[in-house]
Amino acid sequence: MDHFLARWGVNRTEHRVRPGLYRLGNPGPDSPVLASANYTLSFDALRSSLPGQDAYILVLDTMGINVWCAAGKGTFGTDELVRMIALTSLANVIRHREIIIPQLGAPGIVAHEVTRRSGFRVRYGPVRASDLPKYLENGKATAEMRRVLFPFRDRVVLAPVELVHAALPTAVVMVALYFLTGLTGALAVLAAVLAGTVLFPALLPFLPTKDFSTKGIILGALVALPFAVSIGTVSTLPPWATVIAVATPLIIIPAVVAYMALNFTGCTPYTSRTGVKKEIFRYVPVMVLLAVTGTAFLIVLGVSRFIGVI
Amino acid sequence: MFSSYTMTTLRYHRDRCINCGRCSEVCPHAVFLAGDEKAELVRPESCMECGACAGNCPVRAIEVDSGVGCAWAMISAALRGKDMDQCSCGGEAGSCCAEPEKR
Repeated sequence: MDHFLARWGVNRTEHRVRPGLYRLGNPGPDSPVLASANYTLSFDALRSSLPGQDAYILVLDTMGINVWCAAGKGTFGTDELVRMIALTSLANVIRHREIIIPQLGAPGIVAHEVTRRSGFRVRYGPVRASDLPKYLENGKATAEMRRVLFPFRDRVVLAPVELVHAALPTAVVMVALYFLTGLTGALAVLAAVLAGTVLFPALLPFLPTKDFSTKGIILGALVALPFAVSIGTVSTLPPWATVIAVATPLIIIPAVVAYMALNFTGCTPYTSRTGVKKEIFRYVPVMVLLAVTGTAFLIVLGVSRFIGVI
Repeated sequence: MFSSYTMTTLRYHRDRCINCGRCSEVCPHAVFLAGDEKAELVRPESCMECGACAGNCPVRAIEVDSGVGCAWAMISAALRGKDMDQCSCGGEAGSCCAEPEKR
């Protein structure tokens, strides 16, 4: 239940474990020590991946943030690791001097600094907790265990949080467009938001081009097409207004989906800052231009209707 | 065409490498592979600039301007008149990884 709420963004930073040293099974002085973040989902993923294993889990204080994001900020980092090793008197609990850090925690950790300051040698475990039993058995990670993947499940698991964030502005715009253009407009908004939050992550590897913005424009155009066709076929407006009404979804929806797609870069485990920055400078001006043009079209249609021209 | 991800800030000074194996161990995209005498930079275009290799290299053979490739964080920083390169992820609730309290 806690996991379900966490995925929907309910009190998202309150899903915390108290930092400290935890016993898994019946650990002894020679049992492995695994470091983790104090985010419930991280801690539970680690715990549940090791049934029947005797080990210690050293939970760092990452303020309720997962290992990967906390490592990027440095809260899952050398200082905190050294602090917790000292605070828990880890050296008196175990005989060996090794600590296993999740590989995705590496951006925050300077392994040789940890050794210099605490006497503990850092071993980097696999990317996924599910590979830990094999890693502990063999004492090393295979090349596959070292690679981060972004499978369907990982991509769509973020959708609920994104939907929650988009809900209020979406509802407002839907109501506004319902009064301005009728049900079609409201549905088009809903379709655009669902495309950006759910369809885009789901289809990410299958959408053509490498840039997220262009992937989003393509997906947005596909989503807009049925709306454009239906508006065009049932239109009772004069020809000039029909053209504008058909063009509006074709302009706005790709811009909206592309913007949401671009913002998904931060959720992926592979976009570089250099690349994302290049995307922002390349495509955000285009998105703004499309959105402004589309909005102008909407205003023209709304005003024309209001003053009785169409 | 339509790929902004061909260049990164990753630089490898092969001459300094002592072949400790850390970079190939920490990289989740196999950008570095363990070689016989030196680490080999094999997939530079896959680098996401997380900084794990550079930070864990004991002889500073690797340089990278590490940062988070998150458009949301960069656009928010730019809109608030801050440096796009200095932002990290989070900042306000609403990012992929929210920050609980301001530091």
